[in-house]
Amino acid sequence: MSSRAEVLALLDENARYSIEDMARQTETEPEEIEATLEQLEDEGVVQGYRAVIDGSKLEAEPVQAVVELNVTLDRETSYDDIAERVARFPMVESLQLVSGDFDFMLTVKGDSMREVSAFISNKVAPVPEITQTVTHYVMTTYKSHGINFDDDHDDDRLSVSP
Amino acid sequence: MNSADRVDRVGPSGIRRFFELAEERDDVISLGVGEPDFAAPWAARDAAITALEQGRTSYTANRGKRELRAAVADHVEQYGLGYDPDEGVLVTAGASEAVDLAFRAFINPGDTVAVAQPCYVSYAPGVKFAGGEVLPVRTRRTDEFKLTREVLRESGAAAADMLVYCYPNNPTGATMTREELAEVAAFAREHDIMVVSDEIYAALSYDHEHASIATLPGMRERTIVVNGFSKAYAMTGLRLGYALGPADGIEAMNRIHQYTMLSAPTTAQYAAIEALESCEEELAAMRAEYDRRRKLVLSRFEEMGVDCFRARGAFYAFPACPSGDADAFAEALLEETGVAMVPGTAFGAGGEGHLRVSYATGVDELKEALNRLERFVS
Repeated sequence: MSSRAEVLALLDENARYSIEDMARQTETEPEEIEATLEQLEDEGVVQGYRAVIDGSKLEAEPVQAVVELNVTLDRETSYDDIAERVARFPMVESLQLVSGDFDFMLTVKGDSMREVSAFISNKVAPVPEITQTVTHYVMTTYKSHGINFDDDHDDDRLSVSP
Repeated sequence: MNSADRVDRVGPSGIRRFFELAEERDDVISLGVGEPDFAAPWAARDAAITALEQGRTSYTANRGKRELRAAVADHVEQYGLGYDPDEGVLVTAGASEAVDLAFRAFINPGDTVAVAQPCYVSYAPGVKFAGGEVLPVRTRRTDEFKLTREVLRESGAAAADMLVYCYPNNPTGATMTREELAEVAAFAREHDIMVVSDEIYAALSYDHEHASIATLPGMRERTIVVNGFSKAYAMTGLRLGYALGPADGIEAMNRIHQYTMLSAPTTAQYAAIEALESCEEELAAMRAEYDRRRKLVLSRFEEMGVDCFRARGAFYAFPACPSGDADAFAEALLEETGVAMVPGTAFGAGGEGHLRVSYATGVDELKEALNRLERFVS
């Protein structure tokens, strides 16, 4: 029996496992894995598959910023309305409504600091309900999506042991 | 120098030669490793670091820190084991020390110790160092390498003073259920045999709940249970294990321990307390990962026509050697493909004709190794 939880655990570990390898690891048939995957995608549980990239290893390192957004709501405008408006921009990596001192936490990715700054000041800040933005440029990423970037994967175990 | 006779009676480890062969190459994918490929949970490592920073570098009580013994007693309740932290728990430098203490504390010169094989390489030498005689009890592929009343009887174990075994088993991956252990317990009671039950892989039983023989009627008073942190919590190098037993048994073992080890490594004890208190999630994640790899390995063996019984515990599979002698096969496999597996003969009687395949290795490497094996055997 391949449960959804098992398939999700495998995807979470490595979304590039082949259907066959996922079937072997859960002792099910490949068809069953495929059906579960399809169902998870159809229901929107699985929203997509992406690589976790250490930008600092690229020739042109992308610039990332975390932006705090404060908003004021009125009778016609809800959090969802504001979110929808902001999230549609392709430069927005993620957008979350959070508890605490500010309302939204926005992450933006661009090619340069100039591009990111221009985006915040030209596209985000002018939204009427957004009353304040505080931009934090990311200096170093140590861990992302559960993956430690600085881990050396050296196996220092003895090659054969009892 | 002239080594003592009891040392001369013990040969070098059979695994040693194979280790040297593997060490000669630097492109080896090893399925020959008897320890986890994970690092200890960070919270446990962090606790060790903090203990060092705070200067907690003295000895502890001989039996181990009270807090750790209490945590151990709590932890083993999940297996139905009940031991008093002050009387029934002894913290040791690895489960290996606990096994050795059990041998030295209870074996008299000339005593017979039935050793269920194939097994971890230390039992027979340990028995000999303690002056005992080893009686191999050869478990069988047809019984999925479980200990049965029949193999005990056939091997002459009725005359033994002590029985030592390990389930979930290294090297076979075999496990035993409570019902199956009941047969062994009845045999031990009937013939008045003491039992050393090495349960170091207790946390890694995949198809059924781990069962301990000490929970069966009339067994607690004749059993020393051995367990530790190496396998479940990936803490092999921290050297920390424990023995559980009746008060007089633990007292006897502690008498040797206090004069030889004094106390188990202090830093490791702090790590272990943290491991028991807060690392259940990591343990569960590692366990789930092993289980997936186990299924991957068993599925691949089936696909390539390698005969392998269903390994249900630890992180080993024990397939029949696809062709010829296991020693020669393992050597040729290493030579031609760079894949290391340990021939079953390294683990005593009953291991011949088999290979120990450790899946304490990442999925990608495991897959590559199995692909190479498939090409090699076809």
